[in-house]
Amino acid sequence: MGRDGVVYTETVVHAAPEQYAADAPYQLAIIELDGGGRITARILDRSEIGERVRFLEERNGVAYYQK
Amino acid sequence: MRSVAVIGIGKTTFGAFADRDLRSLAVEAVENALRDAAVGPKQVEAFYLGNFAGPSFVGQNHLAPYVGMAAAFQGIPCTRFEDACASSGSAFFHAWQSVAAGIYDVVVAAGVEKMTSQSTPRVAEILAGAGDMAGEGRAGATFPALFAMIARRHMHEFGTTREQLAAVAVKNHANGAKNPLAHMRKVITLQQALAGKPIAEPLTVYDCSLISDGAAAVVIVPLEQAAHYQARYAKVLAVTQTSDHVALDHKADITYFPAVKAAGEKAYQLAGLGPKQIDVAELHDCFTIAEIIASEDLGFTAKGQGGPFAASGATAIGGQIPINTSGGLKSKGHPVGATGVGQICDIVMQLRGDAGERQVARHRIGLTQNLGGSGATCVVTILEAA
Repeated sequence: MGRDGVVYTETVVHAAPEQYAADAPYQLAIIELDGGGRITARILDRSEIGERVRFLEERNGVAYYQK
Repeated sequence: MRSVAVIGIGKTTFGAFADRDLRSLAVEAVENALRDAAVGPKQVEAFYLGNFAGPSFVGQNHLAPYVGMAAAFQGIPCTRFEDACASSGSAFFHAWQSVAAGIYDVVVAAGVEKMTSQSTPRVAEILAGAGDMAGEGRAGATFPALFAMIARRHMHEFGTTREQLAAVAVKNHANGAKNPLAHMRKVITLQQALAGKPIAEPLTVYDCSLISDGAAAVVIVPLEQAAHYQARYAKVLAVTQTSDHVALDHKADITYFPAVKAAGEKAYQLAGLGPKQIDVAELHDCFTIAEIIASEDLGFTAKGQGGPFAASGATAIGGQIPINTSGGLKSKGHPVGATGVGQICDIVMQLRGDAGERQVARHRIGLTQNLGGSGATCVVTILEAA
């Protein structure tokens, strides 16, 4: 799948912006997509640089991934 | 093109000032700079004001004439410059252009930000607007999160450690503790820095610059007129401004800032010197990792070696290249729109030999580097003592 990929970098956000305060802490990552290009997305189950992640769904314009 | 000199510097203390508004801070800095230059407000021919988010932070737009008229300027062109945290670096670059081009002789470049009237989560949201709101911003990226992702990748590729990041914070706090104009005049230990509250992993609160109010201003004139106003002027050897992608996920390699590298290389070329000739530098340490990477991009150390370089003491006062003797954004404070011109004031102070117990031994040539966003704007200046 073109939307799956590999974690290029990641962080766990503790101090969230106002609109996402209820989500914190959440993992944010830049994912290198199999189909080319990169996307900034959320990962639901804590992955590290170099790990493969699967595209799960898009909610309110944000892509969610998991292992 | 004419050579240009800085003949006056003025700053407010950086801090959290519940009783001060944006305009009074900016006017105080401008008046301090005019007094230092022995120039009256009626002599000023143009005003360039850097400000990132006055409309969001305090609900005021049209800021340059709003400040300019309060500073008693006489109907001159007053314009606001916005390039995120490099807003006043950009104002300085454009002010310099106008004098170098021969359009004006006496120009003021300033910067101001009033941030502390908003809650921290709201500040984070406003600052996030310096990134790509349709992409990374919507996904929940704050600026600490973007720089945390930069740090993680730098650690992954070069073995940079948490301790090396913390060493930058410890060094900058040690310097800022001695700066009477700094926001947080507090020495911290490595243990404290490492045990700080997590903001965006691996960054703790001690890796992040402060949310501050403050302003800074400089007066510039053609070099050939400088001595008429001020014996202790600083010659502008170079000022460069560059740009790059706003979105971090558009950059091929996030372990360096192409805009910083390009601005630095061009500035060294214009000044006819290299990193080894720089005696003292103010680098944009919005986060500890940013100072480490900028020290690599500007050639003070090799790529990937910024962490060990910082931890070695090479960037401390008395080290090979003292960086952020003011305390940097980390300890001095980061009223974002004021930072670029504030750095220039700090370097001119060093070049004049006026930095007190923070004074570096060799102080003929200084460099400033002001970064906007996660690297989409960079302004570098190289200044030489008169």
